Amino acid sequence: MAKDKIFLNDQFNQKVEKDLLAHLLPNKKVGNIFIFVLLAFILVGIYAYYRQLRYGLIVTSMRDYTSWGVYISNFVFLVAISLVGSLFSSILKLSKATWSTPLTRISEIIAIAAIICASVIIIVDMGRPDRFINVLIHGRIQSPIIWDVIIITTYLTISVLLLYISLIPDLAICRDKLTDAPGWKKWFYKVFSINWHGTPEQNNILHKVSFMLSVMVIPVAFAIHTVTSWLFSTTWRPGWDSTNLGPYFVSGALMAGAAVIIVAMYFIRNALNIKEYLTDKLFDHMGKLLVLLSLVYLYFNINEYLGPAFKMVGVEGEHIIELFFGKYASMYWLVQVFGLVLPIVVLVFAWGRKPLPMLIISILVLLGAWFKRFLIVIPSLQHPYLPIQDVDESYRHYIPSWEEWAITFASFAGCLLIITFLVKLLPVIPIWETKKEEGNEPKQQEV
Amino acid sequence: MKNKAAGHRRKFLKSSVYIGVSAIASSPFIQRCSSKEPDKEKKVKLLTTDGTLVEVNQSNLMKMSHQPASPKEARKGIPGRHFVMVVDLSRCRNARKCIKACDHHHQLTPDRPFIKVLRMQDNKASSPYWMPKKCFHCDNPPCVKVCPVGATYKRSDALVLIDNKRCIGCRFCMAACPYSARVFNWGKPKPQSTDHSYSPETSVPSQIGTVEKCDFCPDMLRQDKVPHCITACPNGALYFGDQIADSVTNGSETVRLSTLLRDKAAYRYHEELGTEPNVYYLPPSDRLFPFKEAPEGQPS
Repeated sequence: MAKDKIFLNDQFNQKVEKDLLAHLLPNKKVGNIFIFVLLAFILVGIYAYYRQLRYGLIVTSMRDYTSWGVYISNFVFLVAISLVGSLFSSILKLSKATWSTPLTRISEIIAIAAIICASVIIIVDMGRPDRFINVLIHGRIQSPIIWDVIIITTYLTISVLLLYISLIPDLAICRDKLTDAPGWKKWFYKVFSINWHGTPEQNNILHKVSFMLSVMVIPVAFAIHTVTSWLFSTTWRPGWDSTNLGPYFVSGALMAGAAVIIVAMYFIRNALNIKEYLTDKLFDHMGKLLVLLSLVYLYFNINEYLGPAFKMVGVEGEHIIELFFGKYASMYWLVQVFGLVLPIVVLVFAWGRKPLPMLIISILVLLGAWFKRFLIVIPSLQHPYLPIQDVDESYRHYIPSWEEWAITFASFAGCLLIITFLVKLLPVIPIWETKKEEGNEPKQQEV
Repeated sequence: MKNKAAGHRRKFLKSSVYIGVSAIASSPFIQRCSSKEPDKEKKVKLLTTDGTLVEVNQSNLMKMSHQPASPKEARKGIPGRHFVMVVDLSRCRNARKCIKACDHHHQLTPDRPFIKVLRMQDNKASSPYWMPKKCFHCDNPPCVKVCPVGATYKRSDALVLIDNKRCIGCRFCMAACPYSARVFNWGKPKPQSTDHSYSPETSVPSQIGTVEKCDFCPDMLRQDKVPHCITACPNGALYFGDQIADSVTNGSETVRLSTLLRDKAAYRYHEELGTEPNVYYLPPSDRLFPFKEAPEGQPS
């Protein structure tokens, strides 16, 4: 009986290895076309940035009142996306939600890609990127921007460690099994699996370290988006003058993070043909998680707008009217209805939690999340305490220029390129956690 | 009579020659040397800028401050001073001479002036009025708090200045300033003619990708003069002075600051924000001019 089980497990494990390593071998051309398209977007973005470096930020549509634009709102979006890493590799892991195990690596990869692109975008927004070194030489710890620099580097470091530590056993599997991989890949697996042989001692260290990291990453992840919200709430602006901004940003980020995972799941399982591992049941779980996170975000949304909308104090009131009925009203209501209310309504039904409806809903959530950050950043800047007068008409509006769009799309493309590269290099589903072993309870069964 | 006139002329010519020589002699360190008859005073040999060696009485030498304060020096305030501005709203009729003078001296283009004149109306029942708005040089400045690199800073003489050689262009200060006092060099600033090196006290030359704003003309203050906008105002609406000396002047009259603020019920904009501005406003009552809307073509 026990022997049979071991035999079955062995068979299962061999299949797992075969399936989950298949995409790491040189394969189809489909991915290459995708990479080519991404590179094209990045090249256009680089050209736009070259123009910006040459002529200054004048090539953007930002002006003295709307002094922050899509760069900053996109930065907030990317930081929000990066929170997904901690959600899966820490919050769900620590709460023993074992169904999420196949998603941990994808979420960590996305987190790292997003945080790298966020850092690039914030440098793109600087008027003098050549003076970035001043942040280190003259940095003032009182400034929330320095807090952001510190917390982003910390989060990036922990995220890379989280990804890497849980990768070591898989890299060892790659080293042992992928004998026909290209030379550089073999070299990579050999060097980075740092002589892993799965001895009890090594396993012990691995579990300790990954547990420690997954505890450590929670406060850092909360801090990264809370500090980003403080970039706004520490300024003297009516629209941002809110103590709600921290949890509002964090809850919105977790919701966007869950949506991005669903989109990634959908495409990865089709591209790599691993539907057995990213199952429909997993989509169902993710759908329920997304509903929960959306409800939390809905709560903070109401909290954010009800007070000011009830009181209608001065400029704050004008800002609310602009959002509810003014020139930003259509964007505002589209975002709230399609990016927040509709997902909750659809995903509470079982048919809504099938892969395709989930994909569509998640794309809506992501679009909503992006435009929501636009609505947080720009209309507030256009409602200062003293009226906008005595300036050119163009200072009152903000429609991003093509350079800004090109750079924004390039940041998405860059994000996707990093994800694609890592997916092509690493097993996207943790193999060692999927394999059935004695004493290592199978995790797939519970899915 | 004629002779006398000729003598005068000769004397005049003679002295103008001396002045000419002295002008040549004014290397960066000497301001002037007079045409006094030589006596037994100690002489100093000096090389003029064109290479001529001249001899000057030592007593006639005067040190002159030719260059404006360096970015490092400009971080320290002028000792014992606390500068304030008072704007009498009852005297402003949107003549815009202050903007012109400011633009001229800071070599600004009209699209990014340091001074704006806003059309304000506190409520529907009261008459609109014109409000000249500069940087308020707050004692609790939001911009200084948020600056990540200390490019904008507060001095002991109450001024808030910007070192555009340190500014990284993040524009956090612009987002933080509740009075929208700051402007940004979105593109390349127009070429500016100056023989001085950059100083936060002159804000010239501007640099692409950095923030600028009204600086209260500290280069003038160092010479015990008032900012350019004060003297440019045709209606004496702008007062400038020192809180410690308790006096302000609008160029034609000098008054006691505390009396002026008390008697005219001065106020500051958005006192509730806790920024402690150093620009006071006198209410637009008993006006010198009836309110007239801005002429066509003026940006509003």
